[in-house]
Amino acid sequence: MSATPAPLLELRGISKRFTSRLDLASRIAARLGASTREQTVHALEGVDLAIRDGEVVGLVGESGCGKSTLGRIVARILEPTQGERRWRGRPYADYESGEARLERLAVQMIFQDPFASLNPRLRIVDVIGEAPVVHGLVPPGGREEYVADIMARVGLDASLLRRFPHQFSGGQRSRIGIARALAVKPRFLVCDEAVAALDVSIQAQVLNLFIRLREEFGLTYLFISHDLGVVRHLSDRVVIMYLGRIVETAPSDEVFTRPNHPYTQALLAEIPKLETTRRAYVPIKGEIPSPLDPPRGCHFHPRCPHAMPRCTAEAPRLREISASHASACHLNDAT
Amino acid sequence: MDAVRRFLDGDIFHSFSRSPLTIVAFVVTVVCVLSAVFAGWVAPHNPFDLKTLNLLDAFTPPAWTERGNPAYFLGTDDQGRDVLSAIMYGSRVSLMVGFLAVMLSMVLGIALGLVSGYVGGKVDAFIMRVADVQLSFPAILIALLIDGVARVALPKDSHDTLALYVLVLAIAASGWVQYARTVRGSTLVERNKEYVQAARVIGRHPVAIMFSHVLPNVLGPVLVLATLHIATAIITEATLSFLGVGVPPTQPSLGTLIRIGNDFLFSGEWWITVFPGAWLVIMVLAMNLLGDWLRDALNPKLR
Repeated sequence: MSATPAPLLELRGISKRFTSRLDLASRIAARLGASTREQTVHALEGVDLAIRDGEVVGLVGESGCGKSTLGRIVARILEPTQGERRWRGRPYADYESGEARLERLAVQMIFQDPFASLNPRLRIVDVIGEAPVVHGLVPPGGREEYVADIMARVGLDASLLRRFPHQFSGGQRSRIGIARALAVKPRFLVCDEAVAALDVSIQAQVLNLFIRLREEFGLTYLFISHDLGVVRHLSDRVVIMYLGRIVETAPSDEVFTRPNHPYTQALLAEIPKLETTRRAYVPIKGEIPSPLDPPRGCHFHPRCPHAMPRCTAEAPRLREISASHASACHLNDAT
Repeated sequence: MDAVRRFLDGDIFHSFSRSPLTIVAFVVTVVCVLSAVFAGWVAPHNPFDLKTLNLLDAFTPPAWTERGNPAYFLGTDDQGRDVLSAIMYGSRVSLMVGFLAVMLSMVLGIALGLVSGYVGGKVDAFIMRVADVQLSFPAILIALLIDGVARVALPKDSHDTLALYVLVLAIAASGWVQYARTVRGSTLVERNKEYVQAARVIGRHPVAIMFSHVLPNVLGPVLVLATLHIATAIITEATLSFLGVGVPPTQPSLGTLIRIGNDFLFSGEWWITVFPGAWLVIMVLAMNLLGDWLRDALNPKLR
């Protein structure tokens, strides 16, 4: 194997904390002994993730585990509290000026809500055509032609470009959102629950569109979802998150056939299957702990069937258990 | 044509045609505005043309009373000016001041509210505290203060020419807070919607996002506020003019007319002050009714 090229996108030790600032009145109240205190949500803790060019990475986890936060940090809507994002092996600070500035548009995002993510006052031609004209990718005169071309590529009737978003169905709006992202010629798409709000039949259409666009434009995806079936259908590699940390990452097939982390195993057990044999329903015990006050050690230990004393004291590191399969669990050290 | 037909079919027009009170208010407002704008053509006399004034006609009572003169329908004042014509010319000044003041405070309030809501943090805290401080004074006091300061600061010979603009500024500065607060509130809601985040991801400048994405989505309530504010601004102008700090005597507004007439109220010449007063009340009432209706018509929860 030749020297592996730098990954397209790399996250190093990304942490994100949200702190609720106290206003003046509650600060005074706190001084006087009220129980109001600044609260910090640990949304992400030391996340390392490298995504190669052309790869489709599925990001899975319960709601509240930080997967959307991670997506927003990748799309640079949020700034990390700690850690560094690198694009093509260089930190983002290198893409500050001139031509390199356009590289910043290379990561685009597809949003979850096809209704809230389109400005209700803009016509479709403006929704899609705004950014490419502003960034000089298209001359103002060629805007309509450009938009019509992109609309055709995502399976929309190009004659509808003068309509407003409320005149479209959910699936069509989803396609408009995709077209808006594609209009700035991205290399990388972050899809945050991009199909969760759609009907199942429309979900399949949009997923197939993602697959087709990947081949057509050579795109790389970070596909965030709580739906393991969708992720399996689409991804090359799956990343499992629990309470702000990555607990397991492995090629798609391997995660589903040989899950290593107890959390992954529990998640997979919950996928509804078409089976004739009755199976006792064993839920993961307990609730996901509050990210305001995460458990010490391994975040999963209060709910883990294999928890041992070490798990409450020491957080397991994400380490390779075989080529391209990594898991963060102390059980792996025992063998 | 298409837009006209869509408007006639739409909810707004439907709700308008179903409310007789609103139709009356609309007609009254239109009559008031048109008679003010075209006062030069519509008014029976020109109260400012000294050549046509005859002091012998002074204090003529309204036409339907015993000593009335059909030429002066609502009577004349102490200078022999026709009260009806003076009202038309006066409401022109009142409406202009009201309209300009509302425009100015709208621009000011919307801009500050947008910045406050979108930028947040210290900028937001600063703008909103200034707004709070201003709200703790009555608007009329703020207007008086600005008017007084401007009078001292400006050269004496420019007083009459600039007085109108000082008045507009004073009223506008006392009214921006409502707009800023309303727009800030809506901006806080819109700012977190996904389409704003999407605009950031596709690399739009924050100022462009504020004005081309957020602004169109927060204008609805502002429109209603402006309709109601025009009436308030006209009242404020009349109050200031009544107190004698408003428009110069050469351009009497409704407030000036009421003040002039006030001196003769107890000597029996009631019409000089009562008619401008009634005109003001009717005009403002009609505008308020229109604003109320618009607020309800645009509120989806009340449909």
